Amino acid sequence: MPFSSVVDYQTVATLETFGFLPAMTQEEIYEQIAYVIAQGWTPCIEHVQPSASMRNYWSLWKLPFFGENELGAIVAELEACHRAYPDHHVRLTGYDAYTQTQGTCFVVFEGRS
Amino acid sequence: MSKKYDAGVKEYRDTYWTPDYVPLDTDILACFKCTGQEGVPREEVAAAVAAESSTGTWSTVWSELLTDLEFYKGRSYRIEDVPGDPESFYAFVAYPLDLFEEGSITNVLTSLVGNVFGFKALRHLRLEDIRFPLAFIKTCMGPPNGIAVERDRMNKYGRPLLGCTIKPKLGLSGKNYGRVVYECLRGGLDFTKDDENINSQPFQRWQDRFDFVADAVKTAEQETGERKGHYLNCTASTPEEMYARAEHAKQLDMPIIMHDYLTGGFTANTGLAKWCRRNGMLLHIHRAMHAVIDRHPKHGIHFRVLAKCLRLSGGDHLHTGTVVGKLEGDRQTTLGFIDQLRESYVPEDRSRGNFFDQDWASMPGVFAVASGGIHVWHMPALVTIFGDDSVLQFGGGTHGHPWGSAAGAAANRVALEACVKARNAGRELEKESRDILTEAAKSSPELAIALDTWKEIKFEFDTVDKLDL
Repeated sequence: MPFSSVVDYQTVATLETFGFLPAMTQEEIYEQIAYVIAQGWTPCIEHVQPSASMRNYWSLWKLPFFGENELGAIVAELEACHRAYPDHHVRLTGYDAYTQTQGTCFVVFEGRS
Repeated sequence: MSKKYDAGVKEYRDTYWTPDYVPLDTDILACFKCTGQEGVPREEVAAAVAAESSTGTWSTVWSELLTDLEFYKGRSYRIEDVPGDPESFYAFVAYPLDLFEEGSITNVLTSLVGNVFGFKALRHLRLEDIRFPLAFIKTCMGPPNGIAVERDRMNKYGRPLLGCTIKPKLGLSGKNYGRVVYECLRGGLDFTKDDENINSQPFQRWQDRFDFVADAVKTAEQETGERKGHYLNCTASTPEEMYARAEHAKQLDMPIIMHDYLTGGFTANTGLAKWCRRNGMLLHIHRAMHAVIDRHPKHGIHFRVLAKCLRLSGGDHLHTGTVVGKLEGDRQTTLGFIDQLRESYVPEDRSRGNFFDQDWASMPGVFAVASGGIHVWHMPALVTIFGDDSVLQFGGGTHGHPWGSAAGAAANRVALEACVKARNAGRELEKESRDILTEAAKSSPELAIALDTWKEIKFEFDTVDKLDL
């Protein structure tokens, strides 16, 4: 194979689930939040400064939103967290009380590093 | 009447055929598919299986009168037709719990699939399923960590995990091998895997491999910001050597090791699983030799039994076949034994090959590993079949990428995440697979060229071992 056709693969720093997809549109993010709610998981928002992203524990934004079924309420909290910590990564977690782990977790706003 | 049978066959049914018996909650129950020699009545065959796998021997012996065999004997309590197969039938056998040592899968199998499989009155015999009672399950430790713990340690949520086996499987030096590990992990895989054939051969001694691989894992973690692991194969010629390798993996701060549970044996596997629980190590389980045991539809042990045995013996991952790739595996059957690995309760469901209700109580779950001849085009089907609690492993589908393993890994990761995102948004993955992958490839040249490379590869052969329905 001619090496001129081979593309050099550059390592990218990513933030786990959905880290390899292009930034999601607002509508796509809403779809994912709706999925978390539909699964019966408890939405929860966490944030951290980018240099600390590999920690187990990011700072909790308020409390997990127990019993919250309104997509709009979760979106508003995500935006409020992002406004309060514009330089931080902000991720949404869905806590699954049955399996006692997180059903999903993905970054919604990437902070500036 | 008994003269018609070959030497050694006596009237077992008087003692061991008990159609009125109601199994106890504490009994170990087994379902055997029996194919007897011509002319031997079904009840006699079923009773012989119960006898020869429990207390019976071919002749009455004086010393059995020193105990209460009514308490200890296995009983054949039901016979059923095998749909579409007039020469075979299912025999259900109940074994009292006291026949078995606590926590010993080795002991259970030595009885249930011991001498009886060579019994002359049988042409074929297959152990289809075992119902383990809670009273036995609670004596087994099971998976060292389980699915939830592994997700928390590895920081992987909401999607299947992604892996691949390092190729070529034999012949690389330790340093070159670590290079391939690094390429895969920096490209976006969560795990890489030692091939099962890799132990400690002259071309690559285990310590050299472990040291270079640890370097590759740590470097990839630092560069990507994600957690990574490599299944370091600790399968060895002796248990002492196996533990030495496991200890070294721990000293290198590696998250996961690997064992081949059938060639290594259940005793070794259970021991290593206990070591992993004590040492906070994840345990990946390979299943070399399984097809020798489980592929023939009338003889051997069905893989659902081997899968149940592994969950009890201990492992955090188990290979289950892919359904869609190059290796044997019927979809419904595979779904049936995946349930046995992951769920806390599995009801009887003949359409999935599960012959008994099986309560797993609080035993942790095992990740189902799909590996062998799969590539990006299979991703939508794999995510649908296996769900999130699985590890999807693409060997040729990673290293065979025209731009190398890192680009191949990235292609698989993009395809996986695109499928998960689409599924969560309510799209039907298998119906819309082409659209979903093509859309994702627009932002990933690695995926675009992978789709082009493997577009024609299919493995469409009939399954040899089908469910009898």
